Amino acid sequence: MIVSKKDIEHLVQLVRIELSERDKNDLLTDLNRILAYFEKLQEVDTREVPPLSHPLQMVNGLREDEVRDSLPVESALRNAPAKKGSYFSVPKVIK
Amino acid sequence: MEFEAVIGLEVHSQLLTDSKIFCSCSTAYGAPPNSQTCPVCLGMPGTLPVLNRRAVEFALKMGVATHCQIASFSTFARKNYFYPDLPKGYQISQYELPLCRAGWLDIDLPDGKRKRVRIRRIHLEEDAGKSIHDQALAGEQTLLDFNRCGVPLIEIVSEPDLSTPAEAHAYLVALKQILVYLEICSGNMEEGSLRCDANVSVRPLGTAVSGTKTELKNLNSFRNVERALAFEIERQIALLKQGKPVEAETLLWDADAQQARPMRSKEEAPDYRYFPEPDLVPLEVDPAWVERVKRTIPELPEEKKNRFRQQYKLNDYAAQLLTVRREIADYFEALAKRCPDYQLAANWMLREVLRVVNERKISLQEFPLSPQRLAELLQLILDRVVSQTAAVTIFEEMLHSRKSAGQLVDDLGLRQISDEQQLAAVVEEVLARNQKLAEQYRGGKTKVLGYLIGQVMKATGGKADPVLVNRLLREKLKTT
Repeated sequence: MIVSKKDIEHLVQLVRIELSERDKNDLLTDLNRILAYFEKLQEVDTREVPPLSHPLQMVNGLREDEVRDSLPVESALRNAPAKKGSYFSVPKVIK
Repeated sequence: MEFEAVIGLEVHSQLLTDSKIFCSCSTAYGAPPNSQTCPVCLGMPGTLPVLNRRAVEFALKMGVATHCQIASFSTFARKNYFYPDLPKGYQISQYELPLCRAGWLDIDLPDGKRKRVRIRRIHLEEDAGKSIHDQALAGEQTLLDFNRCGVPLIEIVSEPDLSTPAEAHAYLVALKQILVYLEICSGNMEEGSLRCDANVSVRPLGTAVSGTKTELKNLNSFRNVERALAFEIERQIALLKQGKPVEAETLLWDADAQQARPMRSKEEAPDYRYFPEPDLVPLEVDPAWVERVKRTIPELPEEKKNRFRQQYKLNDYAAQLLTVRREIADYFEALAKRCPDYQLAANWMLREVLRVVNERKISLQEFPLSPQRLAELLQLILDRVVSQTAAVTIFEEMLHSRKSAGQLVDDLGLRQISDEQQLAAVVEEVLARNQKLAEQYRGGKTKVLGYLIGQVMKATGGKADPVLVNRLLREKLKTT
């Protein structure tokens, strides 16, 4: 086993999602299988190969510093589960 | 046992681009909440970031100005953490391959010494949104404004080369000065365009051990940086003296209570799970680009200060104050071009021009007197048409008048009396009235001269040329 149940629980906490016990167990099996495959890949000697930072063989892709229209505030807030005036509203994060 | 502190600073500085780092929303400060957002900076699924060329150029400028090595190849990374002001759930930053590394900055210390502070790295990243916790506005909720989300930042990380709060302050001042000179950041700490976190530990003086460090956050003014560091250094030393360990933790500075409170311990330290940003291709900067950036770098504060000392024969103090901001230096140079007495020009800048600018809290662009008009006034002093005192009166008048210094001299009747015959008559009159004092002077009590000069000045309504009065009095006292 490469990852433990505890690791799964830590990850679940980090990404703030809720998983049932069954989901956690399934994930544990799946992740361990995937990681075992990566362990296999580790056997390849890559010392002479520079790490790939992007699958595309291109660089930069810059845009000029020009302002374009933003969304109307109503559109920006349209998917918000809660809002107050022109603000997004979320449960209080500090005491 | 004596202790010394080891301090490193992380400075976040907002770049003055027009648009955000990865989308075309405006970065203007103070717009209505959420009026400068789009699917990219709101973190909508399926959107892609596109890097702003000017943000890269601004970061390069700072890298060049602080003698960094510019990476020909750098990459972006995702820093994952969960907080409502970060709608994507990660911040796009640079991690393993930052744009600039291994630079340095020289700072002037209060004791007149200089110190070289090494800069570990400068990298590009995006700002987060603004949370509003204020009870009156937010009630029992937290409100979010994403206008700031995606504003370009550079993070400038120093090596732990600073040993005192005063040094940290001097470093910040120098850093801000360069950012403002380069016109890449407003440098306004109150508006949050410049923010500072500090890493601090203490160790027995003269040793090379590294103590456990703590991180100080929320240092939102230059003064707070100094105070928070002083507080934290004292706290750590007190712990060590009692034989207690310093805990590795993050502390939040509370400016009202003047103390640092624990925010999170090492166990709760966030796990950012950095990984390469798949939505952005790597950034390549060729030597030609670095060269082009180099050519845009203006004369920086340090060089300017040195040149002012040499070219205008100014002392350290004057050279320092006249180069604090580019606009001050530019105004002084425009003035000095028209005023052959540089010391006089410097004195008037420091005593009168900057006094008015500070009193009125305006910029030099808003200052009503052009260097040309002020130079005319200074010329009148040099030509001994007016005294220094009278010149200040004329200066005050010029601030709200379109009239020239020359016109105002006569309008206000402040023309200095430099006519020798006319003054000689006044001098004789004064001596006639003060025969006793004249005797005392001749008897060797020469300090009565000051009083006699004062009497002549009084008799002429302060308009007599004091240099001439001085000479005439001495002559008369000798001959009669």
